[in-house]
Amino acid sequence: MSATDSSATIPAPAPNDANRRGPLAEVFFSLLRSGTFLTGLAIVMFWVACALFGEHFAPYDPLADDIINALAPPSAEHWFGTDQIGRDVFSRVIVGSRDILTVAPLATLLATIAGTALGLFTGYFRGIVDDIISRILEAFMAIPVVIVALLAIVALGTSKTTVIVVIGLSFAPIIARTVRAAVLAERQLDYVAAAQLRHESALHTMFVEILPNVIPPILVETTVRLGYAIFAVATLSFMGFGIQPPSPDWGLSISSNYGMIGGGFWWTVLFDAIAIASLVIGVNLAADGVHGAFND
Amino acid sequence: MTEPAQRLIGKTGKTANALELRDLSVAYRVGGRNRAVLRNLNLSIGQGEAYGLVGESGCGKSTVALSVVRYLPRNGSITGGAIALDGQDVMKLDAEALRRARAESVSMVYQDPGKALNPSIRIGRQLTEIFELAGISGQAAEDRTIAMLNRVRISDPASVMQRYPHQLSGGMQQRVAIAMALANDPSMLILDEPTTGLDATVEAEVLDLIAQLRQELSASILFISHNLAVIANMCDRVGVLYAGMLVEEGPTDAVFNDPRHPYTVALLRCLPRGGQRKDQGRLDTIPGFLPGIGADIKGCAFADRCALATERCRTEPPPLYDLADDRGRRLSRCHYHEQAQSLPRATPYNVALPSRQAASPAVLRVEGLNKTYGSHGHLLRAVKDISVSLRPGETLGLVGESGSGKTTFARLLLGLVPPDEGGMIELEGKALAPRLESRSDEQVKAMQIVFQNPDSALNRSHSIRHLISRALKRLAGLSGAALEARLNDLVRSVRLTERHLAVKPRQLSGGLKQRVAIARAFAGDPRIVVCDEPTSALDVSVQAAILNLLADLQSKEDVSYIFISHDLGVVRYLSDRIAVLYLGRIMELGPSEDVFAGPHHPYTEALLSAVPKLDQAETARIRLDGEIPSATNPPSGCVFHTRCPRKIGPVCETQEPPLNEAEPGHSIRCHILYAELARLQNKVVQPEPA
Repeated sequence: MSATDSSATIPAPAPNDANRRGPLAEVFFSLLRSGTFLTGLAIVMFWVACALFGEHFAPYDPLADDIINALAPPSAEHWFGTDQIGRDVFSRVIVGSRDILTVAPLATLLATIAGTALGLFTGYFRGIVDDIISRILEAFMAIPVVIVALLAIVALGTSKTTVIVVIGLSFAPIIARTVRAAVLAERQLDYVAAAQLRHESALHTMFVEILPNVIPPILVETTVRLGYAIFAVATLSFMGFGIQPPSPDWGLSISSNYGMIGGGFWWTVLFDAIAIASLVIGVNLAADGVHGAFND
Repeated sequence: MTEPAQRLIGKTGKTANALELRDLSVAYRVGGRNRAVLRNLNLSIGQGEAYGLVGESGCGKSTVALSVVRYLPRNGSITGGAIALDGQDVMKLDAEALRRARAESVSMVYQDPGKALNPSIRIGRQLTEIFELAGISGQAAEDRTIAMLNRVRISDPASVMQRYPHQLSGGMQQRVAIAMALANDPSMLILDEPTTGLDATVEAEVLDLIAQLRQELSASILFISHNLAVIANMCDRVGVLYAGMLVEEGPTDAVFNDPRHPYTVALLRCLPRGGQRKDQGRLDTIPGFLPGIGADIKGCAFADRCALATERCRTEPPPLYDLADDRGRRLSRCHYHEQAQSLPRATPYNVALPSRQAASPAVLRVEGLNKTYGSHGHLLRAVKDISVSLRPGETLGLVGESGSGKTTFARLLLGLVPPDEGGMIELEGKALAPRLESRSDEQVKAMQIVFQNPDSALNRSHSIRHLISRALKRLAGLSGAALEARLNDLVRSVRLTERHLAVKPRQLSGGLKQRVAIARAFAGDPRIVVCDEPTSALDVSVQAAILNLLADLQSKEDVSYIFISHDLGVVRYLSDRIAVLYLGRIMELGPSEDVFAGPHHPYTEALLSAVPKLDQAETARIRLDGEIPSATNPPSGCVFHTRCPRKIGPVCETQEPPLNEAEPGHSIRCHILYAELARLQNKVVQPEPA
């Protein structure tokens, strides 16, 4: 067609720095420039390193008792002192990150997967499906996590798996709510109508068409939830329903030593508490950075 | 403000120009580098003058507006040159003086009035506030507000003042925004695409208002628009901006009728003008793209896209040649300005389409289609009793203002929205199920759509290759090597290249994205493609290329189009028949030429009259009063009677006229007899200069 030949060569898009990177790469580079995110990441990575390699550089075996040296105050020998049965608090704090850093992320992952699936279904189908599922989720959210967890653990027995499942399922509705809102907005876009005009299945439209576009809010919500999950695990452990002895877990240690504060043995509790706080703060700083990077 | 109207013409009056930009350079900081957006821009606007600035998106029009009041976004900075308002150097003003200048001497009106007004404050409060800032308070401010609203021809100011912005129509909101801009009696009024988001009839009203206000006020106007016809009708002088530089400047009619820069020449040729139609030939296009912001330009910025360019153009930046003649000062930034009009066409004109008015059976028949939405207990009849048919290879144009039901009708056809019980849609002789899910794969692939906004229509997470091959897989049932071969064909036929396949939509320009959307719609060899305002988001040069593409594909594939657009020139170019919609009803249906030539329905007549035209054969203007009535409560009788300039009497208010076939194939829904319409409209079409 002669009319068309002259315009046949449309040059490829001019190289333009702003366009060269994909949107996720853009977010990645903006994260690298975010002080908040990097600080949070450094704190979290410190505890991850402790969880992975802590036993190699902990000065003592965190489980080894030494009754003679029980309740020794911080000293050059025991930096953070020792507990009731003489275990080295410093070593216990370092190695104590292991269980919480397994359970909390796995619980968050479970919550994310379940929440994303629920959010996609409710947001995509809308109508009666949405009404029913959303009401159930709201009812679920109205019950405090700890109460749900206590009931479930009493019924199912205590194990790490139970804690993961309980926290994961308690957080799923919250993530589902976020995902649903994002899906509802995407649902209005014409590419969804275009998919329907190809007779695509609902599953394809949800997971292949819509899901990639709602990744940013999911990532933000996941990092925020991770902070809460750490908190929840520590709380459950403190109450005796989470991680079980003899693990040097922080929440557990606080639970078994908090009676000693009255006696002036503050070091048996303080360092574990600081550890929990710092990990939560680190995760929250990172979450803040992720949120900022996606919403700039 | 209250003193008698005085209009200072151009060079007389005060000595200083209202606005003077000298060697203005502005850069935006992107990715750590300063990128030039305006390059040594020189521009002056005389006292009382209306100056139009035209150019495609990305050429720096709005940046000019923002620079004048030093209102650039945070990453923008003025890197050189000077700005003088009434002889006062804006660059030297301190924060307080700048605030005063913004408050007292310059006003801006933006494209979207909905965003310029505070949604939670009543109109009256927002306006009186401005007078209070100027030191007038209480009853006096209120009186001034009423006077101001009267001035922008709002007939019932007291009630408008009680309302919130969302309770006003777009046209009313823009009037209020203009009233706010005029409240401080500015010496400089900057209008940045003030009518772009408005319907044609409303746009006409707002432009009339601005023209009338010009007679009354002393303000100079900087009028920014991508719409050449609007500028042609509103401005004394015009500047054509390209890549942050003025490429041509001069009196409006001289520039538009006798352009001296190849870019202006090309831009004017892209528009479907004077009733041009697809079977008469193709629109011209401008090859290539605008240089990106901050691009390093060695010679003439337009050289890469200019068929006249020589070696000299590529190496030696052309100065602004002064072509002053008896018609006034003219400038052109082209070494070969005297040859500009000999610019060869980028797209050959030829290609006469086979006329196929053969009596082939209709590919689509729609009978008595209705769609009613329930909204807060009211019934909203979005589409009422539409019956049309479409022949193979034919284009049916749908025109009408927003809210007329064009898009709803398209969605009903496609099955994206189920119609009310009772109507019938028949594709190639077989009734279509109302819902998409119940239609067969064959039926689904036979009817596809090109959406208005490619950013919404193309999944931003997928590559172009994925987008098109998924459509080929689902609609054409292809896979493997066959898919690959067809993909290459298809990509070539929409004039994309292999290189475009790997990228994501966001890396393509608007025009290229729309080509991808077209390729996708054509993947399954459709019988009908619905085009829902496919070019409304595009610049004219890109629009021309897309329209050509659609016309070419149609002649090759014998596909039928349902073409929705608010741009009558565009509809006319592509359509064989036209349906004019108003409040969900067809008011007129007929062959494109008949509908445009008339006699036509009074509403069609008003629509045609409202569109600003470049060809200055100005006909008598018909302006519609009032707003489009709400579809939840349509007027009794003929739904158009509330705004109809040709209403004949009570019969219009009580009886809905039928869609009468006036001539074979040309139907009009009006009580006025066809012969009478002909007489009335011929009488008015004669001179009577506006």
